[in-house]
Amino acid sequence: MDILTALLQGLPGFGGMSDQGLFITGAAVMATLMFTVMALCAIVFTWMERKVAGFIQSRYGPMRTGRWHGWAQAVADMLKILGKEDIIPAEADKGLFVFAPLVVLLGSLLAWVAVPWAPGFVAADLDLGLFFIFAASSMVVIGILMAGWASNNKWALYGAARGAAQMVSYEIPLALATIPVIMHVGSLNTQDIVIAQQGGIWHWFILRDPFLFVAFWMYFIASIAETNRGPFDMPETESELVAGYHTEYTGMRFAFFFLAEYANLFLVSLIAVFVFLGGWWSPIPGLDFAPALTFVIKGILMVFLNMWVRWTLPRVRVDQLMYLCWKVMIPVTLLCIVGSGILMITSGAVG
Amino acid sequence: MSTGELKKGGWADQDHVPGIKSELLELNMGPQHPATHGVLRLLLKTDGEIVYQVTPVLGYLHRCAEKIAEGVNYKQWVVYTDRFDYLAPMCCNHAYVTAVEKLMEVEVPRRAEHLRVVTAELSRIASHLIALATFGLDMGAWTPLLYCFREREEILNLLERISGGRMLYNYMVPGGVRYDVPNDGWVESVLEFITMLENKKIKDYNDLLTYNKIFIERTADVGVIDEATAKAYGCTGPVLRGSGVKFDCRRDDSYSIYDKFDFEIPVGMGEQGTVGDCWDRYIVRVREIEQSCRIIRQALESLPDGSVQAIDLIKPVKVPVGAAYSRTESAKGELGHYIISDGGQTAFRNKVRSPSFCNLQVVEKVGVGQMVSDLVALVGSLDIVLGEIDR
Repeated sequence: MDILTALLQGLPGFGGMSDQGLFITGAAVMATLMFTVMALCAIVFTWMERKVAGFIQSRYGPMRTGRWHGWAQAVADMLKILGKEDIIPAEADKGLFVFAPLVVLLGSLLAWVAVPWAPGFVAADLDLGLFFIFAASSMVVIGILMAGWASNNKWALYGAARGAAQMVSYEIPLALATIPVIMHVGSLNTQDIVIAQQGGIWHWFILRDPFLFVAFWMYFIASIAETNRGPFDMPETESELVAGYHTEYTGMRFAFFFLAEYANLFLVSLIAVFVFLGGWWSPIPGLDFAPALTFVIKGILMVFLNMWVRWTLPRVRVDQLMYLCWKVMIPVTLLCIVGSGILMITSGAVG
Repeated sequence: MSTGELKKGGWADQDHVPGIKSELLELNMGPQHPATHGVLRLLLKTDGEIVYQVTPVLGYLHRCAEKIAEGVNYKQWVVYTDRFDYLAPMCCNHAYVTAVEKLMEVEVPRRAEHLRVVTAELSRIASHLIALATFGLDMGAWTPLLYCFREREEILNLLERISGGRMLYNYMVPGGVRYDVPNDGWVESVLEFITMLENKKIKDYNDLLTYNKIFIERTADVGVIDEATAKAYGCTGPVLRGSGVKFDCRRDDSYSIYDKFDFEIPVGMGEQGTVGDCWDRYIVRVREIEQSCRIIRQALESLPDGSVQAIDLIKPVKVPVGAAYSRTESAKGELGHYIISDGGQTAFRNKVRSPSFCNLQVVEKVGVGQMVSDLVALVGSLDIVLGEIDR
């Protein structure tokens, strides 16, 4: 934000602007940028998902649209979805029905402001950055509940109830898994977390100590559940609940859910990158030419890992999902916190 | 668990919050639902995730096939049998022509019998591949679906080469089969395919799906059909054998030339849980694919020379007055045809005993007390085909 304000000040025509005016202009530019990146990542990742799925399932995926490996397929899909009729079921709760996709989108969008793309380049350099991200992305669950309830469809209600239970539960191991890192850094500021990992792959938190290694995988599993993707896609479960909470949605409203899903997927991957995988630092020290690019490439690799898991494993049942969360993952992450803490004390990192 | 037992402890029967009456949720699963394998409609009464009552509602795919049999002649009706179990049409062809031949008392040429066995077993493999694939899909595993369809495609190509059709073959006729083996190395292609299937592909499925931890968790001890229930409800095929009953029409009431081949009858043994659970029914199908491969190899290696048709294909078949019932082992179970002839051009009555119809009834009993997800697993493991249920 500060960088952007400084940049704007240098531009002709902005020099005479008041600080307040600069702030508002800067915020507007940043928000537009965020939304564009989000929409773009949804388009890129839908194409990528199809290609990855095709690769895993020994087929091609889209090959025609746009000539080169069907690159324009996702764009064409977006255009198609824009042209669809907007249907609101007659018996639906109209207000909630219209509002729900916006809440889901807002939840995903808000969390993005604290993502540290490069040194000093973060939309909002908050002291409680990581905490803010988790808090903002919790809003998604409210949107899902609203959508399921407002649709007045029993399958959608099932999906929403499952989704709410799942996402509320999995936020706990998700946040707990990052606590050992926060203990090491001593700050929740996202920039500080990345700066603490400077100096090559051995300084990344995933390889700092064995407990952090376990914590990373706990985070990874919880993040799959948090984004409602296979093998934990309980709210959608296309073979059980038709399409889950968004059964009744069409057109642009459906696109909002879709957008939010992929934005969320990229978001949790980026969190994994800046918390555990060294953020913008390259694996070999001294090769940090393009920090933002390194950061995004790492994020895309994490997204690929997510897709790989999704297209390989069968789905767990809803009670097994809850069992995994409360009886396996939460105890293990708590153990990681304790273990990591003991290691810190014995190694003299803290007095 | 009976419905009454469940209700006592359940939420639905109690007023947990004073002044608020709770009741069971009525849910329509289908006829347009991704997990009901066609246009099956299940009326559910649920308490949250627990199912209290399941009522299958049928008839959405009814095409009056049995009534049509009274209007078309015996040869023409073969095409309708294709449309019963459209995933294994050769088995359905086989069942019908056996019944007609029993009535006509005609001797089928040996070469035709061998070809019938080979094509029927290929069809059975194709059907079982779909069963594995869609069962995996019901469990949320997408990738095995595509792998199984890839192998099924090979079978469709092989059957296209011998019969001209890819899905509905109309290959067998009373008195033999329509076409002889094409002379483009068909026999070698089949042998090559089954060798590949036996040695490599089944191992792939096992690695990817069968012994996957999540898959076992989802299917073991789920939807248990015990031996008594399976027998009481008239279950046949992999559903019966999954419950540990060693019964197979090919062996126990042998028809065609199955008694000449050496093969085993796999049964469910409760390896991962209880005998008769979804995993057992699944593994029975996997092992039956292997046995079908064995039968095909034996049938092709001893393929005799000679004609493939005992009676003139052009003239209508003459069937004497009488009645005959023949039962065969189709991919889904025991497929029976009861034909009454009054000596005319068409059957007086043709009743079909379809395996899926009997197998499906069991959900009414076994589905109670399960979770909705497990009901999906149960229906998937029964491997029903609606074309056969409604006819």
